Amino acid sequence: MADKTQLARQFIEAIPHSKALGMELTEIGNGRAVIVMPYDKKLIGDPDTGVIHGGAVSALMDTCCGAAVMSHPSEPSSTATIDLRIDYMRGATPGQTITTTATCHHVTRNVAFVRAVATDEETEVPVATASGAFTLEPKQ
Amino acid sequence: MSRPRPEPVQVIKQRRDAALAALVESVPYIGFLGITFERRGDELTSTMHFHNNLIGNPMLPAIHGGATAAFLEVTSVITLQWFHLWPQFESGELDVETMAAGKMPRLPKTIDFTVDYLRSGLPRDSYARATVNRSGRRYASVHVAAWQDHKDKLFAQATGHFLMPQERRSGD
Repeated sequence: MADKTQLARQFIEAIPHSKALGMELTEIGNGRAVIVMPYDKKLIGDPDTGVIHGGAVSALMDTCCGAAVMSHPSEPSSTATIDLRIDYMRGATPGQTITTTATCHHVTRNVAFVRAVATDEETEVPVATASGAFTLEPKQ
Repeated sequence: MSRPRPEPVQVIKQRRDAALAALVESVPYIGFLGITFERRGDELTSTMHFHNNLIGNPMLPAIHGGATAAFLEVTSVITLQWFHLWPQFESGELDVETMAAGKMPRLPKTIDFTVDYLRSGLPRDSYARATVNRSGRRYASVHVAAWQDHKDKLFAQATGHFLMPQERRSGD
């Protein structure tokens, strides 16, 4: 299992956009993934408050959902986002790392239904939640 | 009664281009993604210039769905704020030089954003235009469409809801 996590981590870190955003995969397996993204000034969306741009949170959500799909026991060979909805509950506290957890709720032969929650270090109230549908290329 | 003489073309262009530049340059993440805006009158088109950091699938290769989502969201927020501020900088109520000096009005906040991925984003420049379908005092609804080679073959589209910046009540 440790090898699998290591492999998945390398896989995520080989994605140029995820790497550019500083994402790091911390847990993966059984249709569930956890990815963290540290605060970085280049990701600021609101210059007044220093709050990270919603787009960076979207990228984190999308990567995490995709990773959760790839870790499903049906061992899909690849996946792509069909649609993704993000609800922004509040601005992430500037300076804090954002942690996202994504879970596959249901998987059919061709589609995976995924939900994700993003939190910072502050409170129990999420920064954002996401729900999406992903394509599923069956095991080859 | 004759209408007032129109302003010289350079004055108008300079003001509108400066307002747009100030708006775009105030957001670090727009620079990080390499997004620029072009203006025709009040119509805006954004471009996300391709670079390797946007790749999400190195095998295909294809642009990361997150980069696409961010591109659509940036285009939506900037277009919404552009139409919101337009009457203010056109009337002179909002001074463009003050804007350029960093005194920017607050941006709308995203409430929710739903992205529809229609085709994979190819490793080349992407373009987008947003339409403000409703803009009230508090809430706004915006649709945005993005394409690469053919304008009528969208590779992604999105709808988002935004909370407009609230004017501070007296006494606050």
